[in-house]
Amino acid sequence: MFSKKIKPRIFLLLFLSLVFAIIILLILKSLENNVVYFFSPTEINEKTDISFNKKIRIGGLVKMNSVKKNEQIINFIITDLKNEIIVSYNGLVPNLFSEGKGVVAEGKLKDKKYFIANKILAKHDENYMPPEVSEALEKKDN
Amino acid sequence: MLKNLFPNKILLLKNNTINNLIILLIVVLATGIIYSLLLSPPDYIQGDSVRIMYVHVPSSFIALGCFGFIGLASICNLIFKIKIMPLLAKSIAPIGCIFSLISIVTGSLWGKPTWGVWWAWDARLTSMVILLLFYLGYILTWRFIYDFEKANKISSIIGIVGLFNLPVIKYSVNWWNTLHQPSSISLTSAPTIHYSMLIPLMTMFFAMAIYSLIIFLMRYKTEIMKLKVDKKNKNNLKY
Repeated sequence: MFSKKIKPRIFLLLFLSLVFAIIILLILKSLENNVVYFFSPTEINEKTDISFNKKIRIGGLVKMNSVKKNEQIINFIITDLKNEIIVSYNGLVPNLFSEGKGVVAEGKLKDKKYFIANKILAKHDENYMPPEVSEALEKKDN
Repeated sequence: MLKNLFPNKILLLKNNTINNLIILLIVVLATGIIYSLLLSPPDYIQGDSVRIMYVHVPSSFIALGCFGFIGLASICNLIFKIKIMPLLAKSIAPIGCIFSLISIVTGSLWGKPTWGVWWAWDARLTSMVILLLFYLGYILTWRFIYDFEKANKISSIIGIVGLFNLPVIKYSVNWWNTLHQPSSISLTSAPTIHYSMLIPLMTMFFAMAIYSLIIFLMRYKTEIMKLKVDKKNKNNLKY
């Protein structure tokens, strides 16, 4: 099908691409701890090499009815529906921070179940809809 | 269709065609802007800041699409040595570069009111910056290496290597925990975005695609003209 000149070029390119893809995969694999932006409570629970004085990020959903505001300090629970971590934070939260929604907290672990945050980020999901539709959906659920 | 991109055909491209495309662009863009800024509803959580999406998402699509094109053209260029491939890729590169920059800037503007930060080094955002660097590398190679054959080889290699970054960008939100939300539109499942927001999003995408096509055709025609002039000059020198 292809002429004699073109065939070796195709094979060379395929071979180099394969090698290159494997190299990238290996790099990404070994950097996995740095590539993930945050750990879920389950990952924290399973991790064996946690350093308690290094800054890390944890993320998940804010558990329903868990947010307690005490003057400046906000306490809430981050859950991934399997494991939970209690978070304590002193400061302002983003507008989109609310119960049942995604959140990422940056700070230090006190122990595997208690986290002191110095920054709170709201994470939102891929659902977009007008307010009326979301109200209609809620009514249907109830 | 593809035949029209051949050197002799593209020179027949009339200003009329470009003008018609510009009229089409104005109509689609005006519809898209009015629809997305005025008629479409605010989001149930984000409110009006969701409107940044109508610029952010189409620009990202085009930034990725253009690099995909550059990558494929580079492969064809290295394997089959088709003369017009580097010119096609060279003409489309600045378009993708600008749109990836727009995507990053609007994403940053969107991040502040929703996430609470302008920037986060999560996998999606970082891989998008890498895409922008590949674009810059590609463009600068053509700009600063004067020997055509040399520039052609180096830029093609950049194009092919950068191709590996595209699936990383696309799937970064599924492979790793990221601050960036997963995609709302996919080929395999129903979009998780309400149709009243999907329609203006698609309209804006078409507007940007038409704009890219216009710029591409004009740049490509110029490249072919330059090539012909160069050839003529070389022939003249021989005598």
